[in-house]
Amino acid sequence: MSKLAEVLAAAKAEDRAALIGYLPAGYPSVDGSIAALRAMIEGGVDIVEVGLPYSDPQMDGPVIQKAVQAALDAGITTLDVLRVVEGAAATGAPTLVMSYWNPIERFGTDRFAAALAAAGGAGTILPDLIPEEADDWIAAADAHGLDRVFLVAQTSTGERIALTTEVCRGFVYAASLMGVTGTRDAVSGSAKDLVARTREHTEVPVCVGLGVSNGVQAAEVAAFADGVIVGSAFVRRLIEAPDEASGLVAVRALAEELAEAVRKGRR
Amino acid sequence: MTDDSAFSDAFFAASYAHVSPQPDPAGHYGEPVYGPSGKLGGRFMPEALMAALAELTEAYHKSKNDPAFQAELTHWLRTYANRPSLLTEAHRLSAQAGARILLKREDLNHTGSHKINNVLGQALLTRRMGKKRVIAETGAGQHGVASATAAALFDLECVVYMGEEDTRRQALNVARMRMLGAEVIPVSAGSRTLKDAINEAIRDWVTNVEHTNYLFGTAAGPHPFPSMVRDFARIIGVEARKQTLELTGALPDAVAACVGGGSNAIGAFHAFVPDESVRLYGFEAGGSGVETGLHAASITGGAVGVLHGARTYILQDEFGQTLPSHSISAGLDYPGVGPEHAYLHDIGRARYEPVTDAEAMEAFRLLCRTEGIIPAIESAHAVAGALRIAPRLRAELGREPVILVNLSGRGDKDMHTAAQYFGMEV
Ligand SMILES: Cc1ncc(COP(=O)(O)O)c(C=O)c1O
Repeated sequence: MSKLAEVLAAAKAEDRAALIGYLPAGYPSVDGSIAALRAMIEGGVDIVEVGLPYSDPQMDGPVIQKAVQAALDAGITTLDVLRVVEGAAATGAPTLVMSYWNPIERFGTDRFAAALAAAGGAGTILPDLIPEEADDWIAAADAHGLDRVFLVAQTSTGERIALTTEVCRGFVYAASLMGVTGTRDAVSGSAKDLVARTREHTEVPVCVGLGVSNGVQAAEVAAFADGVIVGSAFVRRLIEAPDEASGLVAVRALAEELAEAVRKGRR
Repeated sequence: MTDDSAFSDAFFAASYAHVSPQPDPAGHYGEPVYGPSGKLGGRFMPEALMAALAELTEAYHKSKNDPAFQAELTHWLRTYANRPSLLTEAHRLSAQAGARILLKREDLNHTGSHKINNVLGQALLTRRMGKKRVIAETGAGQHGVASATAAALFDLECVVYMGEEDTRRQALNVARMRMLGAEVIPVSAGSRTLKDAINEAIRDWVTNVEHTNYLFGTAAGPHPFPSMVRDFARIIGVEARKQTLELTGALPDAVAACVGGGSNAIGAFHAFVPDESVRLYGFEAGGSGVETGLHAASITGGAVGVLHGARTYILQDEFGQTLPSHSISAGLDYPGVGPEHAYLHDIGRARYEPVTDAEAMEAFRLLCRTEGIIPAIESAHAVAGALRIAPRLRAELGREPVILVNLSGRGDKDMHTAAQYFGMEV
């Protein structure tokens, strides 16, 4: 069992959802992002996603776009991202890379998988890579013992959910709503339905992301999902902080709030 | 459409029947194309859009072989868009070029460019799919104007995304779109040009896909767009081939077109792909010169990668970040190119060369002064390319070559840019 699977199984054994937090590498700086990821883990996040900043983030809303653009403007590269992964993974928390596909293909598919594994990374989430395009990545991930998370959406047919869950290792990412990353006022009602439809096809844990931003929403999602994924709300804490130290405090506080919520969700 | 222009599944296969390696048009979800550099095209897009892309692919395949759809499209093309477009022999330009130059007058289409062909096709498909809202991206504004036009004609809500930088360069087209009732949303992310407008349109589509269709403006993007846009643009070459035969009694020696995302070029090329004697030339935007790094020549100055849903030639750095493109022409200012051009390049069937801003503007002025035609700056790249290849072809053939130039659009929208370039008052 991979470390990621173990952590998800442990949460399940405690009858709670796992908490998964996203932050982009390189924001507010390379070292600052390592510190923020660590603050998140100290606050109670079980699994982290390190975003690889990309010039054309089609699936991201304004909050993540802003942080990612700042990281790119400061000159972040894939090599720096791997250093951030190393810094986060050293805590023992399973550390995934969230990336659009082209930076990985350009780095070299197998070379990236090897480097990610060497940095202690647990696997990847690749939002613009569908299973039909993923043969090379699946081979590389397998060769280097990495988990591979693919996404299902509300518009996915049963056939596509079957196809996607078939190649998922670690967990399945269920996109809770139709849209891009960002915080929303309410959790979409159909997320629960998507999780149920996904479970018809797989034993792999199903984690829900997109739009979850506070404890109330996290508890709501934790009631029916194996994991709750929070991104933009963490990034916003960093963006709105007057300085790096208070950003870390705010990130840790949000992680604590969410960690409590995922433990309350099923009661 | 004219009789032999019906677009059916058989065309793709027929056009490439003679080439090797064969493209693989089958794929269970799309039409990946295999070239010597590996798999091109594809569908690198979020899962949330797969249902919409599948729905669109199905609608497109059905319409291809549906006589009623073709009759409807033909009706609008003939009675609304002003097809067939003229073929004009450019006598005075020919004398200067040392080649017989024939201009395919897409500039005379309603709305002023080749973009209307594709848009009418996609708007009719939108109606067939029962969707009421369309979105589009635009660079030069020509695709946006064509989309706003079709939306007015077919009573659809229309939102156009346009890079902030382009709304400035092509202010006249912004006014046209708004006059036609479309909402124009300036995009201030990234490089504030076409690529960022596409990102924003994709974000809108993911959010509103249930009732929205994305009218993609060029023969790039995820499947089915490259094939579908080609099929709707293909009428350019079909007409021009016939018109050239009628006028000269023979096929042209070369076809020249400008290449942004590649829709007018693939539209002009496709009917000629099986004609091995016809050389196909795509002219990319060379900006300040490929060697300066300030250009939009994805094939000549880029490398294979994935952008906006397809594997093709793109401008990228060593870490796969898209590099900003540069061109005096907003419509060519895009760091990618349609995958079918990548394929034609890889197999050596078409040749792609960069044309600099300066060369394009010189050709722009020359066409104005010799023929009384003000071309779009995009199209001026094709004219400049034709002037460049004329002596080469003449030497190779030992006679006056016949060059068919696709004049993809008219230059009204570019008057500010051109006046500024030439230091004139507007
Ligand atoms: C007149 C004209 N020609 C060419 C282009 C470039 O697009 P494509 O390469 O898809 O033909 C544009 C794009 O806006 C245009 O307006």
